[in-house]
Amino acid sequence: MPDTHADYRLSQLDQLEAESIHIIREVAAEFEKPVLMFSGGKDSIVMLRLAEKAFYPAKIPFPILQVDTGLDFPEVMHTRDNWVNRLGLNLVVASIDDAIAQGVVVDDGKTSRNRMQIGTLLNAIEENGFTAAFGGGRRDEEKARAKERVYSHRDEFGQWDPKNQRPELWSLYNGRLHEGEHMRIFPISNWTELDVWSYIAREGIEIPSIYFSHQRRVFERNGMLMTETPLNPCKDGEVAEERTVRFRTCGDITLTGCVESTASTVEEIIEETAVARVTERGATRGDDKFSEAAMEDRKKEGYF
Amino acid sequence: MADETNENLTSHMDLLRFATAGSVDDGKSTLIGRLLLDSKSIFEDQLEAVETTSKGKGYDYTDLALLTDGLRSEREQGITIDVAYRYFATPKRKFIIADTPGHVQYTRNMVTGASTADLGLVLVDARQGLTEQSRRHAVILSLLRVPHLVLAVNKMDLVDFDEATFTKIHDEFTQFATKLSIPDLQVIPISALAGDNVVNRSENMDWYSGPTLMHHLENVHVASDRDLIDARFPVQYVVRPKSDEFHDYRGYAGQVAGGVLKPGDEVVVLPSGMTSKIAGIDLFDQEISEAYPPMSVTVRLEDDVDVSRGDMIARVKNAPAPSQDIDAMVCWMTTTPLKPRQKLAIKHTTRTARAMVKDIQYRLDVNTLHRDQETKELGVNEIGRVQLRTTVPLLSDPYSRNRTTGSFILIDEATGVTVAAGMILS
Repeated sequence: MPDTHADYRLSQLDQLEAESIHIIREVAAEFEKPVLMFSGGKDSIVMLRLAEKAFYPAKIPFPILQVDTGLDFPEVMHTRDNWVNRLGLNLVVASIDDAIAQGVVVDDGKTSRNRMQIGTLLNAIEENGFTAAFGGGRRDEEKARAKERVYSHRDEFGQWDPKNQRPELWSLYNGRLHEGEHMRIFPISNWTELDVWSYIAREGIEIPSIYFSHQRRVFERNGMLMTETPLNPCKDGEVAEERTVRFRTCGDITLTGCVESTASTVEEIIEETAVARVTERGATRGDDKFSEAAMEDRKKEGYF
Repeated sequence: MADETNENLTSHMDLLRFATAGSVDDGKSTLIGRLLLDSKSIFEDQLEAVETTSKGKGYDYTDLALLTDGLRSEREQGITIDVAYRYFATPKRKFIIADTPGHVQYTRNMVTGASTADLGLVLVDARQGLTEQSRRHAVILSLLRVPHLVLAVNKMDLVDFDEATFTKIHDEFTQFATKLSIPDLQVIPISALAGDNVVNRSENMDWYSGPTLMHHLENVHVASDRDLIDARFPVQYVVRPKSDEFHDYRGYAGQVAGGVLKPGDEVVVLPSGMTSKIAGIDLFDQEISEAYPPMSVTVRLEDDVDVSRGDMIARVKNAPAPSQDIDAMVCWMTTTPLKPRQKLAIKHTTRTARAMVKDIQYRLDVNTLHRDQETKELGVNEIGRVQLRTTVPLLSDPYSRNRTTGSFILIDEATGVTVAAGMILS
C-alpha cells in the first residue's frame, strides 16, 4: 500500500502500479471486448494482480486467455488454476494441438511450438472477437520491445508495424480500431525484472514453484540447462544429471532453460537478480537465440 | 509488506523520467550507453552482442551506441528513428529514459518523449558549441513544460578540457534560456566516451565544481513539480460490483490529476455542477485518508449523483470552467497538413469528443521562436497556435498549471491515427 507521506511522495513502485492500473481501467472503459493473455509466468501474474486491484471490489470485467502449447510446466498450470479459482475468472484456453487438428497452424516437424503459438493466438483472438489483448511484455526485456507502445496496434492480420507506430503522449492512449484490427496492451511496459520481483515480494502473491530452487534432471544444450522429460529427451552427446536449479522465465518446457540456483524465497531471488550478469531471456530462452532480431521478427507476425 | 531491509528491492526508490535529445554525432547514444554501463545496468550477453557487432564492423572500440539501437531498420541505417525507453537504477532512484532522435524531421518523437519527462537532457558537442538543433531541443522541452533541463557539453576531451570553451557555451545557452520557460537549468561539462563527469568526477576539469551528471540526476528535486493545490479527478471507470457483499457499492475509479483529495471534502461533479461530499477513498481493499497525484484510486461520494466516465470531480470553490473553445499550442504529427475547418477527434483526460479547427493563429519557428502569421496551415513536425471548437465542453486547466488536465491528443477519424499533441493555453 502506498504510505501516506507528509510530502506526498509516491515510491517508484507505487507510481508504476498507479500507471498500470490507469492503463487497465482505460482499456476496460474504451474497448468492447478485452482479454488478458495469461501464461502463468510472473509477469502475467503481476498484470493479473494489477487488474484485480483496478476493479476491486468488482470482479475483473474481462476473461483471461491462455495459449496451451501442450508443453507447459505442470507447476505453472497449477498456479494458473489457483488464480482463476480465487478471482472467479472466465478462462479461455487456445490449444496448439486443437489448432493443428483444425488446420489453423501447420506442424511441419521443424517449426517450434513457440512459433506455432502465433497462429493459435491470432486465431483465438479472431474467433472470440477480442479487440484488445493485454500482454505482460516489458520494455527492458529486449531491444524491439523498448520501442513498442503501451497500446500497440495490430492490423487485420495481427501484424505489428514497428516503423509506423502511433505517437503515444502523456497518459492519453488512442484505442481507435478498424474492423478486424485489434490492440495489444502492455500495462507493465515500464517495469523492470527487479520491479516485478519487488512487487511479488510486497504483495505476497502466488507464483509457480519452478521459480524457486529445486532439484531437477537437466542437461546442457546451446549453453543452457534444459529439463529432461519425455517431451524433451537428450540427444546424442547430451548427458542428464540432477542439479539444484530454478527458472527465471516460464516458456515451453522444450525451449526454456533453467539456471543453477539455491534461491528459495522471493527475497533470495531478488538478491540473485540484482547481481545477475545475464538478461533473463539471454540466459534461458532458446527462442531468442537465433538472431539479433528474433524477437522483432516474431512480434511483427503477431507474437505476444 | 515484505522485507524492507533488502536493499535490492525497488519498492522504496524514487522515480525520475528524463528525455534525451541529440543526434548520434553529439554522442547521445554513447552517453546513454555509458550511464547504463557505469550503473551496471548492462548484462554480459548484451555487452557481448555489442562487442561482436563492433568487431564485425571493424571498429577498434566497443560502440556503446549499439546498445540502444532497437529496430533492424535503425541498425541498418545507423540512426535512431523512434522513441526508445531505457531503464536503469541506482540505490537511490530508478530512471526511465525516453531516448529520442534529434533531427527536425523527428520533432514529433521528441515531443512524445518530452511529454512524460521530469527532466530534459540536451547534448552539445563542445567543439561546435550551440547549434540550431540544440536550441530547438531546448524550445521543445520548454513548450512541453519539462521542469528541469540539463545541458551536457560533451566531448570536452576533444577541446583539451578547456574551461573557456565551456564557459562560452554555458553563457550563450543561459542567455538563450531566458527567452524560454525553464525553471531549473544545469550545465555540465562531460566526456561520454571517456566517462568524465558522467558517473565519476573528472580529474581533468578541476575548474568545474558542480555536480556530475549522475549526481544531478539522482538528486534533482521533482516531488514539488506536481500541482498539489487544485484538486482534479477525471473519472475513468465506474465500479459497480453487483455482488451480495458489495450490493450498494458505487465507486468512481481514476488517477488523481491534481491536488489532494480527502474524505469529507466538498466536491463538485463537472460538467453537471452537482455537489456532494467524498464519503471515502479506496485503494484496492484499503480505505485511505488522502489521495494525490499520480495515485490510481476509487472515490465514493455521499450522495447518489449521476457520474460517468469523462466527468471530473473537483473542489466546489476550485474547479475548471467547462469550455468548448480551446486555445492551444499544437504539434502536428502527420504528413497531410492541418488546415482551418478540419474536423478531428479529441481526447482530453478521460473525455473524448470531436473538434473543429477554427483558426491557425501562427506557426512557431522552433529554431528562431519567430511567429509566422502568414501560413494558415501546419505541416508535419510543425508547432503552432490553434483555436479549436469542441462538440462538448472540456474540463481543462492551462498546460502551464497542470500537464495532465492541460494536454490533449487529436485523432484522425478516418485512419484512427494520433495526428497531434496539444497544450492548452487558456
